[in-house]
Amino acid sequence: MTETEPRTPPQAAPGTGGVSPAAGAATLSGHLKGYLRRLASGDLGRLPIVVGLLLIGVIFTSLNNAFISPVNFTNLIVQMSPLVVIAAGVVFVLLIAEVDLSVGYVSGVAAVVVARLLTENGWPVVTAVALVVLTGLSIGWLQGVLVAKVGLPSLVVTLAGLVGWNGLVLVLIAGRGTVTISSPFVVGITNAYLSATVAYGVMAAFVAVYAVVQLQRRAARTRADLPVVPMTVIVTRTAGVAALGFGAVFYASLGRGFPLIGVVLLVVIAAFTFVLERTSFGRHVLAIGGNREAARRAGINVDRIRIICFMISATMASLGGLVFASRLRSVDTNAGGGQIELNAIAAVVIGGTSLFGGHGKISSALFGALVIQGVDNGMGLLGLSSGAKFLVTGFVLLVAVLVDSVARRGRTRSGLA
Amino acid sequence: MAVAADPPILALRGVSKRFGAVRALTRVDLDLQAGEVVALVGDNGAGKSTLIKSVAGIHPFDEGEVRFDGEPVRITHPKDAADLGIEVVYQDLALADNLDVVQNMYLGRERHKALGVLDEESMERSARETMTALAVTTLGSVRQVVAGLSGGQRQSVAVAKAVMWNSRVVILDEPTAALGVAQTHQVLQLVRRLGDRGLAVLLVSHNLHDVFEVADRIAVLRLGQKVADLRADATSQQEVVEAITAGELADAAGTEVDAS
Repeated sequence: MTETEPRTPPQAAPGTGGVSPAAGAATLSGHLKGYLRRLASGDLGRLPIVVGLLLIGVIFTSLNNAFISPVNFTNLIVQMSPLVVIAAGVVFVLLIAEVDLSVGYVSGVAAVVVARLLTENGWPVVTAVALVVLTGLSIGWLQGVLVAKVGLPSLVVTLAGLVGWNGLVLVLIAGRGTVTISSPFVVGITNAYLSATVAYGVMAAFVAVYAVVQLQRRAARTRADLPVVPMTVIVTRTAGVAALGFGAVFYASLGRGFPLIGVVLLVVIAAFTFVLERTSFGRHVLAIGGNREAARRAGINVDRIRIICFMISATMASLGGLVFASRLRSVDTNAGGGQIELNAIAAVVIGGTSLFGGHGKISSALFGALVIQGVDNGMGLLGLSSGAKFLVTGFVLLVAVLVDSVARRGRTRSGLA
Repeated sequence: MAVAADPPILALRGVSKRFGAVRALTRVDLDLQAGEVVALVGDNGAGKSTLIKSVAGIHPFDEGEVRFDGEPVRITHPKDAADLGIEVVYQDLALADNLDVVQNMYLGRERHKALGVLDEESMERSARETMTALAVTTLGSVRQVVAGLSGGQRQSVAVAKAVMWNSRVVILDEPTAALGVAQTHQVLQLVRRLGDRGLAVLLVSHNLHDVFEVADRIAVLRLGQKVADLRADATSQQEVVEAITAGELADAAGTEVDAS
């Protein structure tokens, strides 16, 4: 009340939003300056995760050359694939400021279900997979209703899920020890590799879509007489994505080739990114994470959106379980164990999605999983124990949260978020 | 109170509201004319919040009549109010800090292109046009995240959000309560422009200085009854304060009604 004009003058400066209308962003150098200014004000974007990945690459390669080998590169993609699939669903739950601890054993339940249906009951793959999806949807609906309609804390509901679904895994597997999977489709999910030609073709299609989407948006903004991103920025970005994509395909083809699951991961990330950033549903998810009451008053069916988020999480967990089963080619009493849920949540947070809701991207699942699996893989190559792996992973998680919280303080100071 | 030839956009006739044994509002009459800024003042517990929440459909009046454009209407749900073109800007503004200005203004009413894709261009354009029309010049970019805005800018965004839906009645709950001097002035100017654009504006405020700066008419509530309805240019702060603290109940409200 007594404070006069607290923050007006600095706020009037342009360039605080993603696209600023005023001068400054119209050129490449202006765009760069805007980026540096955002960095200085604490909006770090992808920078910490890129630095982190580079550090992991350099450190583990210097300790053991095998880390950077083409074969290990493809191994890493395959190893992290279940985690990425599961974490992509967890992003939605974290965005609405909830948590889902059940994803690990939900993936376990799905793995056991698919293994028993295929191996013991001889179900066709299509129906077995459909049932896996249905399992995920039902579990997610149940947990979502308990949180959104009954009003129980998601921490408790999904903790009960963690314990309960673990129990279901043990009940379903009872006395069988190990159920092997021989379905070529399921095994192929993580064990199929693309020929170099196909891989380059797929990557070219991705890059083309990436470029077209940006160009279309630019054209639409030009038509609407709105400020646009300079063409040089679009070209630079597209060139960067192309270099990364084609580089990855080239490097993988020196070994076993680019894994099919790698393409699947890219499709999943792209599809969910579209849902989150280009549809009303995604907008409402972010709004609920930012201010649930505001979302409610805006006429958004908050309960419905929250339930759907839990359904996405559990369904992706189920599909992640399928990918896990494919990688191991069998399912046993450990299905869903090994702190999958904690790794998935850690991956999303390391990738830059806030635990407090409203801030994050789907791709944080990919980048965070890459960090966690990179550390795991690198330390495995060094022959270190699980104990050492956990210590380092814990440390990395702590650093990620620390970086985020320091950056947040910077953002608050400069009034960005 | 035969003020104008046109029927008021919104007219309350003898509306009452009780919560259990508490009579929050007793037979209140209130007219809101197009282009008029009406201030609703009164002490804590006088019934100001109850009145606006009832008009907004959050808890409907128990008795009395609500007329919109002269026609009797029933407002029993927030959607009813929104459909009529009644928008309320609550004190907490209800903005999502993590979203930008455009995203907040269109929250829950997004525009789409084919396949359910958000039409960002059209929304951004309209948001800018609304801001320009309301002469909100302090806002740098409509793509700024709301968390980075000052209190006055947030208030402007919340008001702009309320008026961009062809609304005809805008109710503002204590819009300047948390603002400094300069920002208060900006927001009051914005309120004045709403009136000048032909909207009926109801401004709920504690601050008589603000009220006199912007209002055409001042309605005073005391203990759930309207005890005065005064033209701002024909009264004084002294008179309004007297009405707030010691306005005559029942009779005073009764005599004002008859003319309409």
